[in-house]
Amino acid sequence: MRADLLTDAVEGLDEALAAVDGFDEVLVGGLLRPQPGQAAGLAGLADAVAGSPLAGRVAEAAEKTAAGAADEDHYMALAAARTALLGSVHDALVARIEEAVGRPRAEEPAVGAAGAEHPVNLLVAARGWLCDLARAGWQGIDHELIGGAAPVVTAMLPEPGLRRLATLLDGFAAELAASCPGATLERVPVRRWADLWSRAMLLTLPGADRATAVGEATGRLLPLGVDLHEHATAVQAQVHAVFEPADGGTPRLVRASVSAPKPDTVVGAGLWQLLRPHMSLLTAVSEGRAMELDAMPVTAEGDLIWDEAHAAQGEPAEPFTTARVALPTAAAAPVAPVDRHPARIAVPVLLEGYAVEDEAEGVAFRIAGERLAVDAGRVPAAGPLTADAVASSAACVGLLRWDAGEFRLQPLAVERTVRKRPVAVQAGAWAGGTADKAGVRAEKAATDAVNVLRERAGRLLRK
Amino acid sequence: MRVVPSARPRKLAKVPFVELADGRLQGVVSSGSDIGRVYVSSVEAGTYAFSCSTNNNRPCGGARGAFCNHIRALIGEAVLQYGAERVARYLKVDVAGEQADAQGLTSAMTSTRPAQGDRSAAAQVFSRFLRHLAYLEFAPTTAPVPEMHWFPTTGAVA
Repeated sequence: MRADLLTDAVEGLDEALAAVDGFDEVLVGGLLRPQPGQAAGLAGLADAVAGSPLAGRVAEAAEKTAAGAADEDHYMALAAARTALLGSVHDALVARIEEAVGRPRAEEPAVGAAGAEHPVNLLVAARGWLCDLARAGWQGIDHELIGGAAPVVTAMLPEPGLRRLATLLDGFAAELAASCPGATLERVPVRRWADLWSRAMLLTLPGADRATAVGEATGRLLPLGVDLHEHATAVQAQVHAVFEPADGGTPRLVRASVSAPKPDTVVGAGLWQLLRPHMSLLTAVSEGRAMELDAMPVTAEGDLIWDEAHAAQGEPAEPFTTARVALPTAAAAPVAPVDRHPARIAVPVLLEGYAVEDEAEGVAFRIAGERLAVDAGRVPAAGPLTADAVASSAACVGLLRWDAGEFRLQPLAVERTVRKRPVAVQAGAWAGGTADKAGVRAEKAATDAVNVLRERAGRLLRK
Repeated sequence: MRVVPSARPRKLAKVPFVELADGRLQGVVSSGSDIGRVYVSSVEAGTYAFSCSTNNNRPCGGARGAFCNHIRALIGEAVLQYGAERVARYLKVDVAGEQADAQGLTSAMTSTRPAQGDRSAAAQVFSRFLRHLAYLEFAPTTAPVPEMHWFPTTGAVA
């Protein structure tokens, strides 16, 4: 890997992010009664997309918004402009990663997938809440405003087709509620909330979040590791893997995801317990096995839509072997337009021959003279991979991400030398269950938590 | 960057449900003596008006004129789950840095001699608990949710 490319400046990045930041600052004060100072941020966003097909609509939206005369369509245009700008940032960063990693990209244009229509009234309700949020601004949020999301989320959650927006709104609203009232908020996560807001806005457009299978995958699936996501009331595990087609075609980088809503008290090993029964691949990860796929549905973006009927247990496969042998030739799938965002970048890489720097600002790997920060915080709590293991590692399979203005590495697995032999430790090793003593304890605590919830609820229900 | 750390793991047997919502700290507390009994307890933000009654809608004997042990347990578990700072901010309790724990919060509220609230809140708390439990029943999906990349696990619990 050419680590120097990861620390070199990316041309145009600062300018694009400055336009994004200018707009994000506008959302802090809110759009209800725009101040003269906010007009500059709005105009800056419009200028930044002046050369794109969005130009006319965004210019009008910026003008109307600055005048305090904007409607929902205008807000949508602003959210779209911001998303497009960050899409260009994403593309520049991904191009840089591809250059550094030196892997091919699959030449398949992402096609707009068709899918079921969502109940439009719920999308309209969600958009209404988001527009109220933009009018209030982050400094204007209070519990009453944020509470308005709850009925929308409650109505959306049972609808599988609305799960993406529901999950996003639920996590976003919980975060805003924890920060109420906005007037006394000391630090506002300006870019993050603008990210979540604009993303939710776009997902209220019917069809924006369609991820429909466009093909079938038959062949061998070699897991690289598990990336775990959670907010108070949702969890997702995403397995990154190399797929080797049975017909001898180019190996591909794919992901397999499983997600579920959850009560906020289900944490740690409880997350794995919730997801485990729905994707045998998690067990394969824990057992160090490959899986054989037979006509598994896959999207244009390389997401397997996991269905147990199309999967069978495979031979033993070790992630570091996969990373050394299969990963270098695996092609990455293109990214759908709506998902082009720097926060979504997660590119599997293998790193070896680095020096570990363990300093006050955190662990970093020094590769060919370049410093790559390690994002050890993204490692699941219910797993054997510790900060110490990372700090004493000689090889690492991880996800290359971009956060806070720099590339960072999220470890999925590390290899350490113990008594002159390499020993691998995986972040997601407990995903499918574990015999580890600490793991068993965590599993029991999690089982108890869910049992207590159900039992106590039963007492109340007998009323 | 995550703004809200995930709930810290806590034993649920004593207080299976606690939340900051509807302008109250509210939750469900198990009876210490009767396995078949649970209490619905709440404290209002700002006024600290409190209420505690059983699942059969009988008033809690301990909650006459002062916080009962159920409410005290509720505050304790809320501090475990959300951290004292967030609970204090939600309830609008002014506590100095070193008193920002469950005990400090409780005594700051009781020293204002809060009034007993009406028990109408109990039904709402109960329905919120059911909403909370419903999250166990939604079917998991294997379609990707790219939005979750904004919510990485924080590994904070161990």
